[in-house]
Amino acid sequence: VRLRHLLILVLSLVATGGGLFYYKWQVLGFPVEADRDAQTWTVEARIAFTRPQTGPAKVTMRLPAAPPGFIIFDEQFISRGFGLTQESGPDSRVATWAVRRIQGDQALYYRATLLRSREATPPPRNSPPFPPVPELEQPYEIALQELVARVRQESADIATFAAAAMRAVRGNDSGIRLLLGNEPEPIARAELVLKVLHSARIPAEIFQALRLIEDRHEAELEYWIMVHNGQEWLYFDPQDGSRGLPANLLVWSWNARPVLQLEGGRGEMLSFSTRHTIEDALRVAELKAKRQHPRIMEFSILDLPLKTQSMYSILLLVPLGAFLVVLLRNVIGISTFGTFMPVLVAMAFRETKLVSGLVLFTLIVALGLSIRFYLERLRLLLVPRLAAVLTVVVLLMVAVSIFSHRMGIEIGLSVSLFPMVIMTMAIERMSIVWEERGPGEAMKEGLGTLIAAAVIYMLMITPQVQYVLLVFPEVLLVLLAGILLLGRYTGYRMTELIRFKALAGGGK
Amino acid sequence: VIWRRWRALDAAGVMGINRRNADYIMALNPRRNYPIVDNKLLTKELAIRHNVPVPELYGSIATPHEIRKLPAMIADRRDFVLKPAHGSQGDGILVIVDSRKGRYRTGSGRLLDWGEMEHHLTNALSGQFSLGGLPDKVMVEYRVRFDPVFDEISYQGVPDLRVIVYRGYPLMCMVRLPTRQSDGKANLHQGAVGAGIAIATGITLPAVGAGNAIVDEHPDTGAPIAGRLIPHWDRILLMAAQCYELTGLGYLGADIVLDAEFGPLMLELNARPGLNVQIANQDGLRRRIKRVDPLAEQARSAEERVALAQALAARGYAADAA
Repeated sequence: VRLRHLLILVLSLVATGGGLFYYKWQVLGFPVEADRDAQTWTVEARIAFTRPQTGPAKVTMRLPAAPPGFIIFDEQFISRGFGLTQESGPDSRVATWAVRRIQGDQALYYRATLLRSREATPPPRNSPPFPPVPELEQPYEIALQELVARVRQESADIATFAAAAMRAVRGNDSGIRLLLGNEPEPIARAELVLKVLHSARIPAEIFQALRLIEDRHEAELEYWIMVHNGQEWLYFDPQDGSRGLPANLLVWSWNARPVLQLEGGRGEMLSFSTRHTIEDALRVAELKAKRQHPRIMEFSILDLPLKTQSMYSILLLVPLGAFLVVLLRNVIGISTFGTFMPVLVAMAFRETKLVSGLVLFTLIVALGLSIRFYLERLRLLLVPRLAAVLTVVVLLMVAVSIFSHRMGIEIGLSVSLFPMVIMTMAIERMSIVWEERGPGEAMKEGLGTLIAAAVIYMLMITPQVQYVLLVFPEVLLVLLAGILLLGRYTGYRMTELIRFKALAGGGK
Repeated sequence: VIWRRWRALDAAGVMGINRRNADYIMALNPRRNYPIVDNKLLTKELAIRHNVPVPELYGSIATPHEIRKLPAMIADRRDFVLKPAHGSQGDGILVIVDSRKGRYRTGSGRLLDWGEMEHHLTNALSGQFSLGGLPDKVMVEYRVRFDPVFDEISYQGVPDLRVIVYRGYPLMCMVRLPTRQSDGKANLHQGAVGAGIAIATGITLPAVGAGNAIVDEHPDTGAPIAGRLIPHWDRILLMAAQCYELTGLGYLGADIVLDAEFGPLMLELNARPGLNVQIANQDGLRRRIKRVDPLAEQARSAEERVALAQALAARGYAADAA
């Protein structure tokens, strides 16, 4: 009956934990694997202007809002002395910096961290009305009509018409020169394309976008054209008339109006720099999940403050360590000091890294042990002796740090982070085992503790393990089921197979 | 290889630690009865009530204040044993073989003055030797004078008998013989050799030493170990069987020593007896347990159970025993 009870409990735990995991994974689309090279871009806009005389200044800048193919997950405004206000509309956002008294050269920064994301799509936009045919004075009117006629000649439908229009505007014949002048601004070219399209009564708009290129400085916004073909918007690169939004194109503003406006200053300049970064996979996953499932994420570890989160990312590993201890002790049969000292030691290794951790642990425990034996000869009572060992451990740690620093070894310094209470406990336990069961047993248990701690540490620092536990903490329910099952494991321990090998021949 | 070894051990009925803990200790030993075995003062009290012979208690020390009563307790006796009531694995036991003028000679020949004696007692009272470091009491009791039967096959120290009692049936027994290597201690890990004893006859089997090697002769004395008759064998088994009623534990180990004058005396009981007894007997415990289980309810008194256990053993725990 008890066994059936246990089995039902285990099954329900596995079902709950596994089910939640499956739901989050398959239905909500949480990635099981940390995206190792999640593409993130850092875009920095630099606004520079001059205010010759002391007086007020106001800078207004349009900011990207829900750009297709990207998620903005971090924004910073760097503007010393300026007051900042933000407004956001349906598909535009505006930041306004204002200051009452200022003089001289000014620089303001806006920095955004963007994550490339397949899920984010362009905002759905209603199909626009047919635009009126632009009215121009002569001789521009005729030049435009000629251009439209030529473009129509070279095209079959709206998409090819738009592409042909862009190619034609890039040309250098007399008609284009007449319409654009000798050295046209990019905005003028884009506006001419728009005029050609509008003349054919094709709905079209200009939008401004930034090309994200690794380590680019002094970049500028480009004017792109989008054209409605009756069903959907098509996007064109006016440079060559190629269609579609490239993956590295960040739409900054959905219209042609200037992104930057300045009141009370002059010589305003807007330039961009772009940088490609590999963000910490876990952070990206967390932000992605938060974006996509805000409701669920409100009740998730990922919604806790960052400091609490990092604590939990360690705390969640403890049950895993405990599970490993159970496995190592009850199934393999390694003997360790105490039940969960290996887990504590493994946590300490997180601070020191494995090899130096092993060396330092052995060194300090060995030194502490010899001092403990010396104290034994002084016949101290139990509690004062423990306090004395603790004091000596702290002094030893200080000594190791100073000595290794003198020697120029950096690892010694991390010993100060090594939890000293764990060391004191280890020394006391080891000395008791040493006296009661001899040095052999003490060494065996000490070695067992270190091996177990190393194994647990190796698993703990695996990023994949950390990630899964943080994003899918319900996996711990499955782990709990495993621990409960091991609680009823009555088979032999691996070490017992050796211990009792003389009996394997069959009983008498 | 692992699987084959596993199957072979299982077929021999060898009990592993996990099975012992889960299927026997947890199932048969109620937690509330543990104090009976963990507190040796309580064990002794109950043993006297159940007519199980134990070494005579001279007195007990509960507080540092009472330490000075020690000379009065031992009165004019020259030898005695100091034993923490909650000690485990023989820790903190001090055997005094001779005492005069406030100086005490220990079993290993060391001479203690009163200050050293006081220090040892204070440590024991503060819980240095007890499980969990809780404050403890110290018992002052009769020093066992060992029956000469083991003189030939032990080196110093305390040869003791360990009887595994399952649901009141003495199932398996071994004698642990100290060697020079074990420094007079009866701990198999430290080099002592263990010899199984046939339940039916009380005759020793070949011993098993370090590394599970069969040891025919005692490594220090050279005397053959196997084939010796343990005196008072029936009384030993009866005492062990009585410990079932005494403790209410279905799976226990009774540590019994042979005194030259008083015969077998029960030293202490263990609710979690080790599994080395299987190696010493070259047999698995579960093989024997399976034979006893169907009969467990048949016998009522300790005498009946001992008779039944011996009958089973005489038939070699064969499958047709029932």
